[in-house]
Amino acid sequence: MSVVFYVLAALTVAGALAAVLLKNTVHCALALTVAFAGLALLFLNLDAQFAGFAQILVYIGAVAILVVFAILLTKGSETPRDGVFSRTWLVGLVIAAGVFAVLSWAVINSVRVLPHETAVPQVTVLQIGNALVGRYVLPLEIVAVLLTAAMIGAVIVAMHEKVGHEKEGQK
Amino acid sequence: MTPLTGYLLVAALLFSIGLAGALVRRNAILVLIGIELMLNAANLNLIAFWRYGPHPELLTGMIFAIFSIAVAAAEAAVGLGLVIQIHRHAKTTDIDQMNRMKG
Amino acid sequence: MLDTEAISGSFTPGGPSCDYLFLIAAVPMIAAGVIALLKQPYRKTAATLAIGSLSISLFLSLIAFANVVSGWMQGVATRTVFNFTWFQFGATNVDLGWVLDPLSAIMLVMVSFVGLLIFIYSTGYMKDDENYTRFFCFLSLFAGAMLGVVIANSILLMFMCWELVGLTSYLLIGFWYQKPAAAAAAKKAFLTTRVGDVFFLLGMVWLFSQTGTLLFYNSGAGSMEADALNGLLAQPAAWGLTAAGAIGLLIFAGAAGKSGQFPLHVWLPDAMEGPTPVSALIHAATMVAAGVYLIARVYPLMAAGMPAGGTTVALTVVTWAGAFTAVFAALIAVAQSDIKRILAYSTVSQLGYMMAGLGMGGVAVGMFHLITHAFFKALLFLGAGSVIHGCSGEQDIRKMGGLKSDMPLTFATYAIGMLALCGFPLLFSGFWSKDGILDAALHWSVAKTPFYMLIIGALLTAFYMTRQMVYVFGGHWRGGKPAHENPSVLVAPLWILAFFAVTLSLIGTPAWPCFRAFLDGRAAEFNWDALMESGLLLLMGASTVMVVLGMIFAWRLYGDRSPKPTVPDALEKIAPVAWCLLRDRLYVDELYGVTVIAFYGWWARVADWLDRRVWGGVVGAVAGGFALWARLNRFLDTRVVDGGFDKGCDELAVGGGLLARVQTGRVQTHLRILALAVAAMALMLIWSSRG
Repeated sequence: MSVVFYVLAALTVAGALAAVLLKNTVHCALALTVAFAGLALLFLNLDAQFAGFAQILVYIGAVAILVVFAILLTKGSETPRDGVFSRTWLVGLVIAAGVFAVLSWAVINSVRVLPHETAVPQVTVLQIGNALVGRYVLPLEIVAVLLTAAMIGAVIVAMHEKVGHEKEGQK
Repeated sequence: MTPLTGYLLVAALLFSIGLAGALVRRNAILVLIGIELMLNAANLNLIAFWRYGPHPELLTGMIFAIFSIAVAAAEAAVGLGLVIQIHRHAKTTDIDQMNRMKG
Repeated sequence: MLDTEAISGSFTPGGPSCDYLFLIAAVPMIAAGVIALLKQPYRKTAATLAIGSLSISLFLSLIAFANVVSGWMQGVATRTVFNFTWFQFGATNVDLGWVLDPLSAIMLVMVSFVGLLIFIYSTGYMKDDENYTRFFCFLSLFAGAMLGVVIANSILLMFMCWELVGLTSYLLIGFWYQKPAAAAAAKKAFLTTRVGDVFFLLGMVWLFSQTGTLLFYNSGAGSMEADALNGLLAQPAAWGLTAAGAIGLLIFAGAAGKSGQFPLHVWLPDAMEGPTPVSALIHAATMVAAGVYLIARVYPLMAAGMPAGGTTVALTVVTWAGAFTAVFAALIAVAQSDIKRILAYSTVSQLGYMMAGLGMGGVAVGMFHLITHAFFKALLFLGAGSVIHGCSGEQDIRKMGGLKSDMPLTFATYAIGMLALCGFPLLFSGFWSKDGILDAALHWSVAKTPFYMLIIGALLTAFYMTRQMVYVFGGHWRGGKPAHENPSVLVAPLWILAFFAVTLSLIGTPAWPCFRAFLDGRAAEFNWDALMESGLLLLMGASTVMVVLGMIFAWRLYGDRSPKPTVPDALEKIAPVAWCLLRDRLYVDELYGVTVIAFYGWWARVADWLDRRVWGGVVGAVAGGFALWARLNRFLDTRVVDGGFDKGCDELAVGGGLLARVQTGRVQTHLRILALAVAAMALMLIWSSRG
C-alpha cells in the first residue's frame, strides 16, 4: 500500500464526511465535489484513466453543478429551524455503522480468496470504443434511451405549470 | 493487506458515509448527495475488482463503471428535478414534513 | 235321536256347477256400490237397483235350489264346491270358495226371498224419509254380505262377509244418526258383536293353523272333512278339551255375539232404534240367524268325536246357552211395553231355541226353526211396522188399542204370525219346528233340564204375545190421533209372509220329514206312523197345553180391559218386585256398565295419562332436548363462531392498523429499513457460504 493511496483515500473520505456533516448545504455540495475529485484520482491510481476522466467530466462537471443549481433553486442555503439532522439521527447512524461492519467484515474475511497484484493492464481508448460498440453495444443503446428518457423526464418534472401556478408563484 | 482490500475498505467506508447521510439529513438534496456517494463507492469497487481481478483485458469492470456513471448522472438529473418540483409545492425540502403517504 | 250320518255328510261331490254362485252375493253388492254414487233425489233409481239386484239374486238362488232339489229327488245328494286361491304368502295358500249344498241352497232362497219382500215393504215405509237412497244402498250391501256368509266355503270368506254384515247392521241401526239413542245403539251393537267376533277370529286362526286349510270342503282336504277332524280330535287343548272342542267353543262365542245369546244379547233390544224394515230383515230373519247358520256350517266340527248315545262338550255348551237364553229373554219380554222391544226379546228367546235345537237335535232341527222363524218373525216385525206407521210413529203399546177394527188386514196377518210364534198346533209352522226342538230335548242324553226350560219358555212366549196382541189390537184406542190402515205396498208382503208361515209346516212334520231328509241328503218318506208314535203325540199334546195355558193366563190378566197408560200393569199389581226386575231387563246392562264399561273407562283414563304424561313427557323431553340443542347451537354460532370471527377480524384490523404505522410516509424510514434488510441479507449470505 503506497502513500499515494492513503493520501487519496483520506482526501476522499474527508470530502465525503464533510459533504454529509456540514450545515450549510452549499458547503456540502462543494465538499461533495472534493470527494468526487478524490475518487477520480483514485481511479487514476488504479490505471483506469478513462474512468477517472469520465468521473471528472460527468460528476464534477455535471452532477455537482446540478446539485448546486438545485440547492440554489430551492433556497437550500437557508438554515432550517429544526436543525439539519432528523430527530432519529442515531438510528440512521447505527444502521449505517452496521452496514459498514458487515461489509468490512466480509472484505477482511475474504482476504484469502482475493487475488494479489497483477500486471498493469494497458487500456487504450480504442479498445474501450471497440468494446462499447462491439461487445457492449446493447447496454450502450439502452443507456442512450435511458438518458433520453431521463432528460425528457427531468424537463417535464421540473417544468413550470400553467398560468394559475405562475400567478400563485408570484403571490 | 492487499491493495484490493484497501480499496474495498475505502469503498465500504464511502458507502456507509453516503448511507448515513441519506438516512440522517433532513434536506432532500442531501439525501441525493448521499445516494451519489453510494453510487460512487460502488464504482470504486468495480474499478478495483477490474484492476485486481482476472482478465482485465476484457474491460468488463471499466465499461460497467462507465455505464454506472452515465446512469447516475441521469438519475441525479431526474431526482433533482423532482426535488425542485416538490419545493414548488410544499415550499420546503424537509423530507420529514413530506409524510402524507402514510398508513 | 241324533243322526250320525248327518255329521260327516253322505254327499257325493259333483252335481250342479256352482262356478257362478258368487253372483248371488256379488250383484247386490255391486248395486250398493252404484247406489252409493247416486245423489239423494234419485230415489226411484236407488230402489229399482236394489230391488232389481236382489230379484236377480233370488232368481239365481231359485235356480241353484232347483238344481239341488232335483238332484235330491233323484236320490243323489250333492255338495258342489268351487275353490280358488286368493293369494299366497310363502308356503301358505289363502283360499276362498263357495259351496252349494242343501243347507246353503235353502238358506239362499230364504234370505233372498224374505229380503226381497222387505225391500218392497221399505219402498213404502221409508217413503217420507229424505235419506231414502242411502237406506237402499246399505240394505243392498247388507243383502250381498249376508248372501256371502251363506255361500262361503272358506272360513275366511265367511268371516269377511260376517264383518261386512256387522258393519251394515251398525250403519242401519244408526240410520237416523241424529238421534243420540240411535247412534248409541249402533255403537253398542257393533262393540258387543265385536266381542264375539274376536273369539270367532281366534277360533278361525286356530282352525287354520291346526288343519292347514281355510276351506270347509275340498275333496277330502277341507277342515270339515274326516281327515282334518280326526287330526283335531287327536290334538289336546286346555282343560281336558280337544282342539276340536276348543275351536268349536270359540266359534260358538262368535255366533253367540251375532245371535244374541246371553250374555252378549244386550245389543239386540237397543237395535230396535233402527227403522222397522231393518229390524225385520236384520234382527229377525237374517243377520241374527247368521250365528245359527255358522254353527250349522261347522256342525261337523262341533259334533266331532261324539260318542254313541252321548254328546260333545261344545254341543253341550251350545245347548245350555241356548236354553238359558230362551227362558231369560222370554221372562224379560213379559214386562216390556214397546212393541218392538217385545219382539226383540222374543227374537233373542227364539234364537236360544234354535241354538238348543242345534245342540240337541242336529242341523236339521235347528235350521228348520230358523227358516220358519225367519218368515213369521219378519211378518211380525213388518206388521209392527205397519202398526207404528198407522199410529203415526207411536211405539208404546199402552197407548194403542182397538186396532182390530181400525187396521183389520194388519190384524189378520199379525195374528197368523203370533200364532206361528207361539206354536199353535197343527196349522202353523212354528208348532212343528218348536216341537222338533222339544222332541230332541226330551231325548237328550245329558240332562232333562233344558227340556223343562224350553217348555216353560213356550208358556211364556204364548203369554207375552197374547199380552201384546190384547194391548195393541184389543180394547179401544188409547192414543192421540186415530190410526189408519196402510197402503198395499205395506200390506202385500205381510200376506205373502203369512202364507209361508203356514205352509212351511208341511215340509217339517215327522210324518213327512222333507226338510230333515233334504238337509241330510236322504230321501224323504211319507209315513203316518211316525206321527202316531206315542211319545211324539204326548209331546205335541203337552206343548199345546202349555201354549193354551199361556194364552189363557194372559187373557185373564189383560182381557178386554184396555187400561190407561198411567195405570200400572196388571202383572205389576200381582208381583211388583218381579215386575220391576223384568221391566228393567234384569239389570244386565247396568251390570255391564259397572264392570266392563267402568273398567274400560278406567283403562282409557290410564292410557290418557300415559299418553299425556309419559309418552307426551318423553316427546316433550325429546323436543326440549332439541330446543336446548338448537339454543346451544345458536349460542355457539353467535357468540363463539361469529364472535370469534368478528373478534379475529377486529384484531386483524387492529394489527393492520399497527402494521400500517410502518408506513410513516417518510422516505428516510423506508431507506433505513431497506439498508438494514440489505445488511442482514448480506450477512446471512456470507454466513451460509462460509459454513
